[in-house]
This record gives sequence, C-alpha cells and structure tokens, in this order.
Amino acid sequence: MARRSFDIRRLPGAATLAITCFVILYIPLVILVVNSLNAGKAINVWEGISLRWYATALQNEGFLNAASTSLILAATAALVATVTATMAALATTRSKGFRGEGTINLVLNQPLMVPEIVLAIALLIILAQVKQVTGYTGLWYLIIAHSAFCIPFAYMPVRARLQGMDLTLETAASDLYASRFYTFRKVTLPLLAPAVLAGFMLAFVVSLDDVVISEFLKSPGQDTLPTYLLGQLRRNLTSEIYAISSLLLLISVLIVAGSWLLTRKKT
Amino acid sequence: MATDVETLAIRADTRRRWALALPAVTIIGLFSILPLGVVVVYSFLTPGDYGNVKWVFSLDGWFQVLFERDIFDDTVSLSDAHLTILGRSVALSLATTLITLILGVPTAWFIATRPAGQRAFWLFLITIPFWTNLLVRTIAVQEMIRNEGIFNRLFQWLGLIDDPIPMMFTNFAILLGMAYVFLPLMVLPVYAAIERFDFRLAEAGYDLYASRVYCLRKVVLPQVKAGIIAGSILVFVPSLGAYVTPRIMGGGKTMMLGNLIETQFGQGRNWPLGAALSLALTALVLVALVWYTRLTTKERRNG
Repeated sequence: MARRSFDIRRLPGAATLAITCFVILYIPLVILVVNSLNAGKAINVWEGISLRWYATALQNEGFLNAASTSLILAATAALVATVTATMAALATTRSKGFRGEGTINLVLNQPLMVPEIVLAIALLIILAQVKQVTGYTGLWYLIIAHSAFCIPFAYMPVRARLQGMDLTLETAASDLYASRFYTFRKVTLPLLAPAVLAGFMLAFVVSLDDVVISEFLKSPGQDTLPTYLLGQLRRNLTSEIYAISSLLLLISVLIVAGSWLLTRKKT
Repeated sequence: MATDVETLAIRADTRRRWALALPAVTIIGLFSILPLGVVVVYSFLTPGDYGNVKWVFSLDGWFQVLFERDIFDDTVSLSDAHLTILGRSVALSLATTLITLILGVPTAWFIATRPAGQRAFWLFLITIPFWTNLLVRTIAVQEMIRNEGIFNRLFQWLGLIDDPIPMMFTNFAILLGMAYVFLPLMVLPVYAAIERFDFRLAEAGYDLYASRVYCLRKVVLPQVKAGIIAGSILVFVPSLGAYVTPRIMGGGKTMMLGNLIETQFGQGRNWPLGAALSLALTALVLVALVWYTRLTTKERRNG
C-alpha cells in the first residue's frame, strides 16, 4: 500500500517558501547589525569591525535622554494601562450580563479600530490647545495617550484568563468568611498574575514601539527613542543610526527571549 | 418584596462593575473618543487663514476629499491628486496582503507541521521581527534598496549594472517595506489556526480516496479559513493607515493616505479637509473590520 506513506503535512514547496520567508525576514536585520559594527566613518565603506558607534551613541546626550524618556513613558503607561484594564476586565467578566456591558467592551476596544495616524492628528488638535491654555508641556500628555491605546492590549489577556477561571476557589474562600477584598487579594489576584504580567509586557512593548502618536504629541525638545531616530533619519544615514537601531533590536530580542523562557518553565 | 431585593442587588452589582471599569473607560473616552469627536466637528468647519479652523459651517472639507473646484471658472472635477493617493493606498494594501499571504501561509504551515518540540523555536524566529520596532525594520529594508544599498552594490560588483537602479521613493519601495514589516502579522494567526487543525481528518479524507488538492480544499481550508481571514485583516488594516513606512520608503513624493492627512495639518493648510480625510480612512478601516466580524460570526453559526 503505497498510499499509506501519504502525509499531507509535507506539502511540496511549503518548506522552500517558509525558509525563503525566514531568510527575507532576517537578512535586512543581519545587514543592519553588520553595518552598525563598521569601524569606518563613511557608511558605504567597510573598514573592519568595531563597537565605536555604540560608544558614540552611548555618549550622545540626545540618545540617552530619548532612551530614558522612552523607558519612563513605556513603564508608566503600561502600568496605568494594566491596572485600569485589569479592573475593567474584572468588571466585564463573570456576570450574567449587565446594563452597559456591550458599551464598555466597545469603548475598551475602540483604539484598535482607528488608524494610528488619525488618532495622532485627533489628539494633536486637542492637546495643542490644552498646552496653550495650561502651559504644561511635560510627559503626562504622552503617558495618558499611550495608556489609552495600550489598554486594549492589557485588557485582552486578563479578560481571557478571567473567562477561563474557575469560580470554585473564590466561592470556597467566601464560604470561609473571607471578605471580598481578602478573597481578591489572596485567591483571585495570584491566579490572575501571569495574565496581568503578560498584559503589562504587551502594553510596554506597544508603547515602546509607537512612533506616530509620540511624534505628533511630543513637546519641543521632548523625544522618545523612535522619534529621536526619525529625527536623525531626516539628516543623513550614519553608522550611529544603525547602532541605535541595533540596540532597539537587541531590546526586542531580550524581551521575546525573556517571555519565552518565562512561559517555557511553566509548561 | 423578594423581587425588590433582587432588583436592588442587580443594580448594586451593575454600579460596582461600572465603577471598576470607569478609569479605563475615562482614559479612552478622553484620549481617544473625544478627540475623534473633535475631528468630526472640524471636518464640517471652514479652514482658518493660518491653519486651524474658523467656526463657520461648511461641507467643503468633505467635498474636497474627492473633488476640486477650478479657481477660475468654478467647474467641478474629480481631484486627480487625491484619487491617485486613495487608489495607491488601496492597491498597495491589497498587494501587501497578497504578498504576505503567499509567503506567510506556507510559513505558518511549515511551523505548524514541525514536531511539537521544534515549533517554539520557529515561532520565536517570527516573534522577534514582530516585536522589533517598526521604524527599525523600515530602516533595515531601506538599507537593502537605497542607491548605495546592498542590492545595488551587489549588482554593480557583479557587473550587471553600471549605475545604481533608483528603487527608493517609488510604489515598489513602499510595497516592499510594508510587506516586510507586516509579514509576521500574517504568519501568527494563520499558524494558530493550522496548529488547531486535527491532521487525522486529512488522513481520513485521503483514505476515502480524496486527492491531495481536494483534501486541502475541502478538509483543511474550511478549518483554517478563519485564521487566513484574520491574518489578511491584520495586514490590510494597518497597511491602509500606514504612515511611517510610506514616509520613509516613499520619501514624501509617493504618498499614502496617512501621509496626505499629515500634510493637511501644517501651517496654513486645510484642516477641515485633513479631518474629512481622516474620517474617510477610518470609515474604510471600519468597513473592513465589520466585514470581518460578520464573516467570522457567520462561520461560527454555520460550523
């Protein structure tokens, strides 16, 4: 029976296309990193390997300021988004349906339905006037704006986890006269923690990744890493741009590897 | 009496739930929904002399999305510039979706059919570019095709060409950039769908003398279709509203809708037109999303 050897999993051409796909995905990234290691001053002439452009970047005040702004912004926005989204997820799950449930869900997913550039322009129109009236030009505009579009990303994993969670343990706790808050702190929250952490990381990366909204809302002199990079691109390409890009690439690799190891341990 | 107590309890529960959701709802309301409302209002106003708006009602913003009026004889004609950009945005987004389908679906298939222990590694390779900053990935593609980029230097070194082929700032450059940056968005949902597929079903089909193609079409495809549609939407929607990639790869000469919208908001530009264009773009995206939701809910009802 020759037919027995059939295996639909081996489709002719699929492996070739898949390997092509991986090569296409990685060649530009590899070349970017190689370019960042060029010892020469001109970007188009290869003069050997060196880390001098990383050193230049790490001594560059503009870059360092942008990096710290980015980190503060992403951490704060992700924190605000995760806390509010977790509360919202607790509100919208495990009920037999309540008045306004649909509305809340729609509102919480609304930022996903609007193109980023439209949201950026819309915020720019309002905040330009708010800035004029209040005179405040600090980071909080960006923090709240980032929180807003990060909320759906923090909301999704927490909500999914809550929907799959068993109510038995919490019922048991309240049967044993634990207060509502005590039950939440000692039973619900520990069970929820991995999803909350996943939500926080998603929100953090989404905030760190944002170019458009930061670019339109930043006050003069304020820069996040992506807007700093975008500003540098307006001038000439330099090896330092490649070095900064490679550093951002390294951050993503570390975050992906970190979350991969975290989830691997459990399974 | 009992019903009163029950009603009160339900009311209290609803109030408690709203209170819990309130912070998130407020943040999104103030920083996403309210600004969009302002854009709706602005699209019906008159452009100010130095940018911004005058509070005079006008439909010109919406009119100018597709039409233009001749300054001299007031004749109305379709706006070529806007139609070109609109057509380019839709065409390039469809082409991006197609390219990512051709590369992404076999890749997802490949990953899902690896032995369980190896899948995590291949997925890891997809998630790294997925989580890498969009701007960084655009810079990486740009490096491939710019005049002194890898392709041109390679071709020159091989003696195939004497002068570099200018590839940047064209439709091709934007398409290449978008296909590259959005490719992982196609692979992940398609992978999730194929991974859930029970391959014993395909074997059963084959045992019943279905040909390989018939088996793929009638047994596999219906099960993974939802993932393919999800991937297509995930690629098409951000392509349509793309701003960063077309800005770098198109260089301001070759614009997409996102870039056209931005240019309307500079000093002395036409803000109501920009607002109307923004809403038109949002409407296009919503049409795609609604079509998707209806399709998936119908699938769920049928299957």
